[in-house]
Amino acid sequence: MAEDVAIIGIGMHPFGRHDNTGMEMGAYAARAAMKDAGCDWSDVNYAFGGSASAGNADSMVSTLGLTGLPFINVANGCATGGSALISAYNAINAGAADVCMAIGFDKHEKGAFAPDPASHGVGQWYGDTGLMLTTQFFGMKIQRYMHQFGISESTLAKVAVKNFHNGSLNENAWRRKPLTEEEVLNSLMLSNPLTQYMFCSPGEGAVALVLARGDIAKKFQTKPVYLRSAVLRSRPFGSFEVFNSWLSPDRGNSPSVGAAAAAFKMAGMGPSDMDIVQVQDTESGAEIMHMAECGFCEDGEQEDLIQSGATNLDGRLPINTDGGCLANGEPIGASGLRQVYESALQLRGDAGTHQVPKPIKTAFTHVYGAPGISACTVLSN
Amino acid sequence: MTTQIPVAEELFTWPSDSPQLIGTRFPESGVTTFPQSKSCPKSGSENGERVLLPRQGTLWSWTVQGFLPKSPPYAGKETAKTFKPYGVGYIQLGNEVIVESRLTTAEASELKIGMDMELVIIPFSTDDDGNDLITYAFAPVKK
Repeated sequence: MAEDVAIIGIGMHPFGRHDNTGMEMGAYAARAAMKDAGCDWSDVNYAFGGSASAGNADSMVSTLGLTGLPFINVANGCATGGSALISAYNAINAGAADVCMAIGFDKHEKGAFAPDPASHGVGQWYGDTGLMLTTQFFGMKIQRYMHQFGISESTLAKVAVKNFHNGSLNENAWRRKPLTEEEVLNSLMLSNPLTQYMFCSPGEGAVALVLARGDIAKKFQTKPVYLRSAVLRSRPFGSFEVFNSWLSPDRGNSPSVGAAAAAFKMAGMGPSDMDIVQVQDTESGAEIMHMAECGFCEDGEQEDLIQSGATNLDGRLPINTDGGCLANGEPIGASGLRQVYESALQLRGDAGTHQVPKPIKTAFTHVYGAPGISACTVLSN
Repeated sequence: MTTQIPVAEELFTWPSDSPQLIGTRFPESGVTTFPQSKSCPKSGSENGERVLLPRQGTLWSWTVQGFLPKSPPYAGKETAKTFKPYGVGYIQLGNEVIVESRLTTAEASELKIGMDMELVIIPFSTDDDGNDLITYAFAPVKK
């Protein structure tokens, strides 16, 4: 089924802070994706979508048109967009649809998320006593990783510098101002070893993708991009996740390890075949650890790769070419689809000022989130 | 007179001169959870036994909470002005379980992965009647 599912249209509402509602941003992205695909809403015969904080995606039909199509709401935390995409991919593969939309949008208030203990299955005491912050988890996971594998604070900072640089070249990014390594290291320490500018912020935005059966893709789009695999995994025993009041000393892998391996297997390709990579960079440390978890290097090799510029736009393995979550912020429902949007843009050669200089034939995306889920895709021309 | 009220029942033994955290051990899988759990996340078994966990362990990882957490869920009564950063870490208790905890120090220079830590009980907030709300924390073992 290697050429069975194509992305024929991509649309984005710029990320950042806006006056319109999350749903309005979603409809904007949907119209942009259909315009890009050269199709109408009446051509779309299945849709999947979701947001974490901005309402039910299916209510968008009253804006886009009451065509009676099946529209399924998806809610899967940070993997909401990825799950919508996997659902669309499966619907086309199953023969349930020829043209399908995957859409994600969101609108969050400023500052760290304030989660509800009960809805995460942990005791109220955990939130009461100040342990229920995602930022603490990120700090402690990279703290231990740096200790085990010799990653320096300079390397942590360089990830942020790279992503803000890429964001400065990307007209759709939220944070367009480049930062120096000193500025990143000297910004407010939020959760050791992570400073303010090493963290992404909850934000707003929307992305929509129109997918089609591979054999009809070129009727709509002269430069279709093929989705070679789309995989989601939840956490295995022994993984280290947010909101865990305990861990097993018998340590296991992150869900990203299984999701990436399955995505590569399904695509019949490996990490060394990828020309560009988008990985979840909720903070600098996440990008570093996800490089190894997804198979792009061994634990500890990131220190030399990042210090030598290998992950820069003009490097051997460009990572987070649009500036990632750091420069784009994280509207939860849209974040995973932003990575696929960016990959399609690069594969078509349409990324303009942030186009990777080397020829791009393959791309990989990875999204990760609470309570321990990961979704990966492999794309190619 | 203020009373000390634990943040939750059955989180740690209290009142006690040498309090211990309370977990559940699942003999079939060898997994110990903290706090207590009705089922084992590895095997799905529901045959757990209540266990008291070791009072000492080693620091597995740590961070410092550098800003005032949002309320809810945080029940501390500090304001942005009065807030003082607090340490948070994971402490490995032998080969049994690694527990997450507040730490008694927020000084990065005093925290090293692998250092010896021991359980203490600390006040972290007050209730509407002025009673101290208490929770567990780990402190560096004094040499």
